[in-house]
Amino acid sequence: MIPGSPQRAELLQQAVKGRSLWDDARRRLLSNKAAVAGMIVLAFMVLAAVIGPFVVPFHYDTVTKPDVWAAPGVGGHLLGADSLGRDLLARLVAGLGVSLAIGVVATSVSLLIGVLWGAVAGYVGGRVDEVMMRIVDTLYSLPFIFFVILLMVTFGRNIFLIFLAIGAVEWLTMSRIVRGQTLSLKQKEFVEAARAAGLSGSQIILKHIVPNLLGPVVVYVTLTIPAIIIAESFLSFLGLGVQPPMASLGTLIAGGAQDMEIAPWLLIFPSLTMIITLMAFNFIGDGLRDALDPKDR
Amino acid sequence: MLRFLFRRLLVAIPTLFLVITVAFFMMRAAPGSPFVNERQLSPQIEAVVMARFGMDKPLHEQYFDYLGGVVRGDFGPSLKYRDKTVLNILNENYKVSLILGGVSILLAAMVGMSLGVIAALRQNKVADYFTMGVAILGVCIPTFVTAPLLVMVFASKLGWLPTAGWNGGALANLILPITVLALPQIAIISRLTRAGMIEVLRSNYIRTARSRGLPESLIVRKHALRAAILPLVSYLGPAAAGLLTGSLVVEKIFNLPGLGKFFVISALQRDYTVVMGMVIVYALLILVLNLIADMIYAALDPRVRLS
Repeated sequence: MIPGSPQRAELLQQAVKGRSLWDDARRRLLSNKAAVAGMIVLAFMVLAAVIGPFVVPFHYDTVTKPDVWAAPGVGGHLLGADSLGRDLLARLVAGLGVSLAIGVVATSVSLLIGVLWGAVAGYVGGRVDEVMMRIVDTLYSLPFIFFVILLMVTFGRNIFLIFLAIGAVEWLTMSRIVRGQTLSLKQKEFVEAARAAGLSGSQIILKHIVPNLLGPVVVYVTLTIPAIIIAESFLSFLGLGVQPPMASLGTLIAGGAQDMEIAPWLLIFPSLTMIITLMAFNFIGDGLRDALDPKDR
Repeated sequence: MLRFLFRRLLVAIPTLFLVITVAFFMMRAAPGSPFVNERQLSPQIEAVVMARFGMDKPLHEQYFDYLGGVVRGDFGPSLKYRDKTVLNILNENYKVSLILGGVSILLAAMVGMSLGVIAALRQNKVADYFTMGVAILGVCIPTFVTAPLLVMVFASKLGWLPTAGWNGGALANLILPITVLALPQIAIISRLTRAGMIEVLRSNYIRTARSRGLPESLIVRKHALRAAILPLVSYLGPAAAGLLTGSLVVEKIFNLPGLGKFFVISALQRDYTVVMGMVIVYALLILVLNLIADMIYAALDPRVRLS
C-alpha cells in the first residue's frame, strides 16, 4: 500500500470517526421498531394536546343543553358529549395536556431532588450517606396517599401543588438508583483526576458525576412519567386531584366510569387515550434500556 | 440466622420511630382539626373535647404521650368515631384488605411466574410475544380502567357476578376485585420473571447442567428458577404491603369496607389517631415484608450471607 493513497485516507477517516456511547445508543434505539412507534405515537399525543384545543371546534367547558349525551358523531361531536353536553374530544385533548404536563413537571421535580440527593449521599459517603439514606427509608415507609392528603389540606386543591406533591414523593427511587451509580462512579480515575486538579466537591458532583449518570436516569425518567400520569389519575379518580371544570385523563375516566351504562364512549375513549399514551412511554423506556444498558451489547 | 433477625429488628425500631415522628408532626402541621366539621361547637365545649383527648397540652407533650401509648400497645381512641379505639377500627377493617390483598398477590405471583417462565423458554416465539404483549397491556391499564370495564361486562351486561359489595366475603363478590388487583401485578411479575430467566438461562452453570445431560424440566425448576426470581423477591415485599393495606380505588369502585378507604376518610377528617394507626401498620408491614424478602433472597442465593 502506497502512503497517501486514497485507500489510506479512507482508513484514516474511519479511524478518526469514533462512535460515542450516545451515537451507539441512538442507532440501537432507532432500529428498535417498538420504541420508534412509541416515539411517533407520543409525538402525536403531544401535538394533539398542544394544537388540539385550537383545532377542535368546541371549548372543553362549554355546556350545550341540546347535546347532552350526544353519541359519537352526533351534532358535530366527533367522540360524543357528556352529561352536560360538553364535547368529549375537546375535553380529551385538554385532559391529555393536563396529564402530560403533570407527568413532565412532577418528573422534573423528582429528577432534580432525586439526582442531587442520591449524588451527594453517594459521593460524600460515611455518616452523611447513612443519614440521607435513612431519611429516604423513612419516607418510603409512609404511604404515598398520606403525603398527598396532607399537602392538599395544607395548601388547598391547587393543581401546581399536586405536581409538587407527586414529584416530592417520586424522587425516592430515583435517589436510590443515583446513589448506587455514584458509589461506583466515584472510584473511577476521572473523578480522582478531577479531585487532584483541585475541584471542589460540588463541582465534581455537578460537572463530573451527574453527566455520567445520564444513562440510567434517562431510562428511569421514561418509566416515571407514565407512573406519575397513573398516580395523578388515581388521585383525580378519588376526587383529590385535578378539580372540575378542568379535566385530566383521570377525571375523564372517573366520570366515564360513572356514566358508562348510559354513554360507554365516555369511558372508552379516555381509557384508550391513556392506555396508548402509557404504552408509548413504556416502549420508549424499554427501547432506551436496551439501547443504553451495556450488559446486552 | 437468628442473630441476623435480631439485628434487623433492632435497626427497624429507629426507622419505625422516625416514621411515627415524621407522620405525627406532619399531620399536626396541616391546618384543620378533627372537631371543626361537626356542629359549630362553642369555644367552651371545644375546650372540653380537646381536654378529653389530651389535645390541650403542648404539642411535644402530646407527642410523648402518644409514643408512650404506642409502646404499651395503646393506639388511643378514635377522634371521630365515638366509643371506638383505633385498634377496634383496624380490627374491623383489616380482614377485607387481608383477604383481597393476600389472595391477589399470591395469585399474581403464581400466574405471573408461570407466564414469565413460559415466555422465557419460548423467547422470540409466538407464546413469548403473546404473553409479553398482554403483560405490557396489563402494566398500562390502571385498575380504575379495568374495574369499571369488567363490571360493565361481567356484572351489568352478562349478569354473572355482583357489581359491588362485600356480602360477608362471598366468593362471587371477591372474583372481580381480586382479578382487578392481580392483573397489573401479574403483568409486572411475568416481565420480571422473564427477564431474570433469560439472563440465567444464558449463564455458565446452566450450560454445565445441560452438558451433564440433565433433563430440561429439572434444569428449569431446580437450577434456573431459583436464581431467576431473585429480582422478583425484592419487588414483592413493597408490592404486597401496598396491596395488604388496601387499594383505595378497588375498595371505592366495589364498595368494600377495607383499610384503604378508611385511611383516606380519616385523613380528610383529621382523625389523627386513626391515621397514625394506619401509618404504623403500613410501615410495620413494609419493614416485616422487606425482612422476609431478604431472608428468602438469602435462602435462594447461597452467595448472600445474612449478617
